[in-house]
Amino acid sequence: MLTPEQAIVASMVVPLAGALLISLAGRAPNLREAITLVTSVILLGVVLTLLPVVLGGARPQVILFSLLPGLQIDFRVEPLGMLFALIASGLWIVNSLYSIGYMRGNKEAHQTRFFVCFALALAATMGIAFSGNLLTLFIFYELLTLSTYPLVTHHGTEKARDGGLVYLGLLLSTSTLFLLPALVFIWYIAGTTDFTVGGILADKLKPGELAFLLGLCVFGIGKAALMPFHRWLPAAMVAPTPVSALLHAVAVVKAGVFSVVKVIVYTFGIETLALAGASHWLVALAGFTIIAASTVALTADNLKRRLAYSTISQLSYVTMAAALLAPLSLIGAVMHIAAHAVGKITLFFAAGAIYTAAHKTEVSQLDGIGRRMPWTMGAFAIAALSMIGLPPAAGFISKWYMLSGAMDAQHWLAVSVIILSTLLNAGYFLPIVYRAFFVLPPADPHGHPHGEAPLLMVVALTATAAGTVLLFFFPDVPLALARQMINP
Amino acid sequence: MNLAPHLPALQVVIPLIAAPLTVLLRRRSVAFGVALAASWAAFVISILLWMQVAQSGTISYAIGSWPAPWGIEYRVDRLNSFVLVLVSGIAALVLPYSRASIEAEVSPQQHYLFYTMFVLCLTGLLGITITGDAFNIFVFLEVSSLSTYVLIALGRDRRALFAGYQYLLMGSIGATFLVIGIGLLYLMTGTLNLDDMGQRIASVQGTRPILAALAFITVGVSLKLALFPLHQWLPNAYTFAPSAVSAFLAATATKVAVYVLLRFYFTVFGESAVFAKLPMEEMMLLLALAGMFAASTLAIFQTDLKRLFAYSSVAQIGYIILGMSFDSVSGLTASIVHLFNHGVTKGAIFMLLGCVTLGMGGTSLARIHGLGKRMPLTSFGIVVGGLSLMGVPGTAGFISKWYLLLAALEKGQWWLVFAIVLSSLLAAAYVWRFVEVAYFREPRKDTENVAAMPWLMSIPTAILVIAIVYFGLDTSFTIGTATDAAASLIRGRP
Repeated sequence: MLTPEQAIVASMVVPLAGALLISLAGRAPNLREAITLVTSVILLGVVLTLLPVVLGGARPQVILFSLLPGLQIDFRVEPLGMLFALIASGLWIVNSLYSIGYMRGNKEAHQTRFFVCFALALAATMGIAFSGNLLTLFIFYELLTLSTYPLVTHHGTEKARDGGLVYLGLLLSTSTLFLLPALVFIWYIAGTTDFTVGGILADKLKPGELAFLLGLCVFGIGKAALMPFHRWLPAAMVAPTPVSALLHAVAVVKAGVFSVVKVIVYTFGIETLALAGASHWLVALAGFTIIAASTVALTADNLKRRLAYSTISQLSYVTMAAALLAPLSLIGAVMHIAAHAVGKITLFFAAGAIYTAAHKTEVSQLDGIGRRMPWTMGAFAIAALSMIGLPPAAGFISKWYMLSGAMDAQHWLAVSVIILSTLLNAGYFLPIVYRAFFVLPPADPHGHPHGEAPLLMVVALTATAAGTVLLFFFPDVPLALARQMINP
Repeated sequence: MNLAPHLPALQVVIPLIAAPLTVLLRRRSVAFGVALAASWAAFVISILLWMQVAQSGTISYAIGSWPAPWGIEYRVDRLNSFVLVLVSGIAALVLPYSRASIEAEVSPQQHYLFYTMFVLCLTGLLGITITGDAFNIFVFLEVSSLSTYVLIALGRDRRALFAGYQYLLMGSIGATFLVIGIGLLYLMTGTLNLDDMGQRIASVQGTRPILAALAFITVGVSLKLALFPLHQWLPNAYTFAPSAVSAFLAATATKVAVYVLLRFYFTVFGESAVFAKLPMEEMMLLLALAGMFAASTLAIFQTDLKRLFAYSSVAQIGYIILGMSFDSVSGLTASIVHLFNHGVTKGAIFMLLGCVTLGMGGTSLARIHGLGKRMPLTSFGIVVGGLSLMGVPGTAGFISKWYLLLAALEKGQWWLVFAIVLSSLLAAAYVWRFVEVAYFREPRKDTENVAAMPWLMSIPTAILVIAIVYFGLDTSFTIGTATDAAASLIRGRP
């Protein structure tokens, strides 16, 4: 058995080794795919060995080496990182199944590069999840951006290049312009960048400076897609759908909100922020993002674009809930990271399945498609319920906590944002489900009959849809981790 | 005979003797062997010197046993032992690389001359760095400059001759200014020994000749280090020189000039004088920022990779000068460490560009379409170098930027913080130009037959690319030395 310290190192070494083996096995697709699957299963196993340790209250730590005097590459597993690592590694398995089906079904080129970059991105994600200080987080954050760039521009076309440029440009420039100065400033002020319970900035800055620094951090973490730095997310939808699914429902965007929550809780400290009242503006801005992005989603006809804007809005739920600084809303934020991950990955899976089986990309083309693809659209419907926040789906629980937190804090703006956006969510998801099942398909003489997408894809999306429901009935692990984060 | 005490002299003497030997032996493979042995010996000696200084402090070596203020003193401390390692290390890597590289770029009957000039240039650069004597600096500067003019003019492109000539004019003006400055200092202090000068200058501090000397030396050295707007010679020189020469010069020549500036400012004038009597701080800040932004912007619009990265060098020198303008330990640490990190990065990039020249027949952006497909490893290496220029964590450039930002924050200059990160976005823009052409364009038909890289070229290049990442992760050598050097420069204040 691995010791917790070995498990931390292994969580990064395993996907790296996987990437190496995948690139060596490029000539033999079956072997290559087998390596991907085996690597992802081993990774989940490694991460799972840490779960009981963290739930038991231990915080295993590994310090690799000093990058700068007094500044180490430092990994420490705390509850939030534990949850993020679990989600990312767990969904990687499902996603690998789906990717294999998708890449083969669509006869995509450069499949080896695709799977190598995927494994590298996972290694970077594990680094983010377990980072013990802001410097380590920053390094792996940038690595994640760079390793996912070839995935976004996978098709190598003009359109892919332009999308990739926006993706790389926005993510790199926000992190360089805002997060890096914030990081150096925190080091200069506090003499450390360690993630510490209660934060490291207590009594060190004036309220105005705190608010400024918080702004640098949350805008610097462009992956959280807070407006006005959200444009990279729809731009990155040029990527093949499995990329959108794992990276833009799980790894990349969740790395964003995960970092925001982590910085608020462990760098600034909830009490420090609450005392200074430095996060009110963030609640308002995140609220605005929720409503604005939902409104755009309402008007988008392209299915992936609609999902992208829905993601932007859902990410800001997490940011807003964290910025409320109420214990219940923070639990909601953590829970929502998990709930949105399984829900949104299902939706992207479904979009990819529709594209693979029916070659359809627009919402208006989906009339009656539920009859031909019942599993896919059934899963889509369940995930949509989760997005709206209805039982029996995981989204209900996270929204419930967030709403209770907002009411506890008597933050009526946040309460009304949550209620209004729920209506908007219903407004852009339910019509799709309605079209799929209750509108007759158009009489199309050129239409070719099709059934479900390849089996691997259907299995994957059914599994994540089931996960959405299971997380509703058994939310114990994420909730326990969230509570530990609030009351260590 | 115990050679250890004579290492400082050997550091310069070995390449100096190797130079005439290569001429006498004439045969190019023999000349290559001699030059290679000399450059590797120089590298080993520099490492030994660095270790000796790290252990037991500054070494003073009296040439010909004439004691210090009268004779010429070689003085090795933390700062220049660090620069010696950079210069000789790059030479030790570029020399084997050059054998295959000049095969394609320099006519064969001139090869032995190439090696002669190369070791002479190395002698000059090492001499400037190690000597503790002001006039000696000038002498070695001339040695390195004259050989550099020849090296640049060896390029086959006819414009190389013009580029060499242009550099000769600018370089001579710079050298003249420097020697006038040194003359004025000698006049006022009666000594040529740098340390001695630094002590005696107190009594004449602030007089007009001293200020004039400061101005002359600043302008003269700034010409050599290509401080914006005195950089005009650099893009042509780097573009048309043979690739091996560009790599060597880009990594070392301007860096040694920066060292000279540091030495004069902090050891001779004492920074209080430099920064108190004249608005030097503001002036350097302004020129540094102008360089960082103007040169980076120019780089974006270049159509040739060598030229693009040459302008990038001008911009990166801006970072080094910016660090100096802060007049603080972190600022100087940033300067000194960036001097090293940028030397490694640019050396690697220009060596990679030499591989591109060999493989694709040129470095113009129009020619290298689809480089990522034609030469995947070389192309990837350039991307790594580019990331270091942008200052992405995990590369050497990040370390320099960290200290630069820290220095700006210590001064409470938030606008400078944002100026620094903004300029690294400009770096991202010109690196993107390369990425776009290399990875998103279909390769041209006439670049189908890429020559295999000779291992003499690929191995040294690979070592330097790995060094970019290594010095971005393990900073004990670079930051450790740079912090000590910076602290000792600042402590030297009168």
